Amino acid sequence: MSAVLVIEQVLNGLQAGVMLFLMAAGLTLIFGVMGLINLAHGSLYMVGAFAAAAVSAATGSFLLGLVSALAAAALAGAVVEMLVIRRLYASDHLDQVLATFALILIFSEGTRWLYGSFPLYLDIPAWLSGPTRLPGGILYPTYRLALIAVGLVVALGLWVLIERTRLGIRIRAGENDREMIAALGVDISRLYTLIFALGAALAGLAGALVGAIQSVQVGMGEPVLILAFVVIVIGGIGSIRGAFVGALLVGLTDTLGGIFLPELFKFFTDPATAQSVGASLASMSIYILMSLVLIWRPTGLFGARA
Amino acid sequence: MNKLVCAAAALALTVTVAEAATKVGMITTLSGGGAGLGIDVRDGFMLAIKQSGRDDIEVVIEDDQQKPDIAVQLSDKMIQSEKVDVLTGIIWSNLAMAVVPAATGQGVFYLSPNAGPSQLAGAGCSPLYFNVAWQNDNLHEAAGAWANQTGYQNSFILAPNYPAGKDALTGYKRMYEGGLAGELYTELGQTDYAAEIAQIRASGADSVFFFLPGGMGISFLKQYADSGVDLPVIGPAFSFDQGILQAVGAAALGVVNTSQWSKDIDNETNKAFVETFQAEYGRLPSLYASQGFDTANLLISALDKAEPADKEAFQAALEEADFSSTRGDFEFGPNHHPIQDIYAREVIQEGDVFTNKIIGVALEDHADAYAADCKM
Repeated sequence: MSAVLVIEQVLNGLQAGVMLFLMAAGLTLIFGVMGLINLAHGSLYMVGAFAAAAVSAATGSFLLGLVSALAAAALAGAVVEMLVIRRLYASDHLDQVLATFALILIFSEGTRWLYGSFPLYLDIPAWLSGPTRLPGGILYPTYRLALIAVGLVVALGLWVLIERTRLGIRIRAGENDREMIAALGVDISRLYTLIFALGAALAGLAGALVGAIQSVQVGMGEPVLILAFVVIVIGGIGSIRGAFVGALLVGLTDTLGGIFLPELFKFFTDPATAQSVGASLASMSIYILMSLVLIWRPTGLFGARA
Repeated sequence: MNKLVCAAAALALTVTVAEAATKVGMITTLSGGGAGLGIDVRDGFMLAIKQSGRDDIEVVIEDDQQKPDIAVQLSDKMIQSEKVDVLTGIIWSNLAMAVVPAATGQGVFYLSPNAGPSQLAGAGCSPLYFNVAWQNDNLHEAAGAWANQTGYQNSFILAPNYPAGKDALTGYKRMYEGGLAGELYTELGQTDYAAEIAQIRASGADSVFFFLPGGMGISFLKQYADSGVDLPVIGPAFSFDQGILQAVGAAALGVVNTSQWSKDIDNETNKAFVETFQAEYGRLPSLYASQGFDTANLLISALDKAEPADKEAFQAALEEADFSSTRGDFEFGPNHHPIQDIYAREVIQEGDVFTNKIIGVALEDHADAYAADCKM
């Protein structure tokens, strides 16, 4: 196993991690601040991807596609919050799960009704396509480097927003004691809509960015949603920093586990067994990671509340 | 929505053909990620029924949502309360395994327009079960044979870790004579292949064989094209059918894939099929649509000779396969699976539509490897 392959896989893990972070950040904000389990977060990811595909097919501009993905997902998020989610804050988690699961079905079949059952085309813009040669002779896709950069910039932006702005103060306050900030005169329902739209926009951005290298199709959000839940459980519910660290941990474990576990088992058993045992363990690796973190810290790495 | 449309369509059929002599139950995937395949099979099937002009065939269509338990419920309902004579439509092998043995056990004919699991071709075959598409291994075997013809010596092969994925790699290796640079099972439904592509780059392979149906294939091809690895790629038609190609775009150009059908197979039936399908539905047909079309025509040809109620006569009529297939030559082997040519196709661009063109025959008059295990 060469150093080049290892570095390439670390980059792959990082890239998967930062994209997961975009999903998990919104999810953890919504869960942390509003106490709401939003299963439909994956649908907002899909809305972003479809909006990007439709707009960039119509205009030929990938950047316009990205902007429209942000806008469409934020809009969908805000509308859903005002029409459905708002009625669920006082209900228990089971009602929330049922209602947001219904939203998944509505979004999926609605999208199919609008765009049909066949996957849509969304491609990397020409100026980001092809590989870049990194120091050490590593060939790595330019677009994936761009994804890492975008993910890090968004993470930094979110940190500034939460820690350094007035809105951030309100969000943190809402997390700690929602009755108190409502009593202090903050318009809590507008704050909730805003947070929901922000989370939705991040999911939509992730969907559009990832859609360009994967397939834009109905149901694309659900597998990512499961991973995003793992991330926020590891990171600690409600914590943006936790979501960031958790996402990178999950991305790296998932990618590197698939490569190194089979190699590791080759020291003990014959190659065929090592391959199959290693591969099955690798697909479990993030859940094993999650259990270990929960044993060590039941509230997650940066979680404040149980 | 789809369910509604189908229900309406089924209702309309029921109304217009009150005295239908033959009742056909179609269980297929019309919602969720795999809906494109079921919709193509349904549309191909219904096109043939419409063209036949027969008003004595009633088709009841239901959506299985790609879930085995739903498929079983639907087949129970169709057999017991709808009293269908013939079942058809299932796309996925795991659903077929859940439905077909029980259906044939209750004396209902099953015509498979797609799934062809090895169990149903070998020891689990049934006189009432006919596969009009292929046995699952066939297209992969053809890819292996084509790799030999092209002179590949060191393939890297990958497929998802589920029964059909294992059949795929087994099928490729059954025919392929060169060495293997690597063999990988990926997760079913995986969308990011960066780790696998890095391994392909490091492996020193001279070619890549992959079986990644649906969205998995789209993701893999786009990422592969962008990675700078430029080894030739070969795969079965499932990742290159008409529905998917437009989403892959230029990344698929030049890729060789194997199929028992192509829109440029030169015969009258196929030409008419491609033209009328396009006129009826406003899109090019896929191999799934051709399979649905052939299945319906097989059924009609048998109905011309016998009634399903007379099981032996109807089985004999189906065995004759006396219909003109979009594939040209078509006949059944002793286990009721096709013996047919399998072509190598290359992805090309016609105007702004991506499609396939035949570049050669990979396997001629090919039967499956399990026929010997079938005792009817």
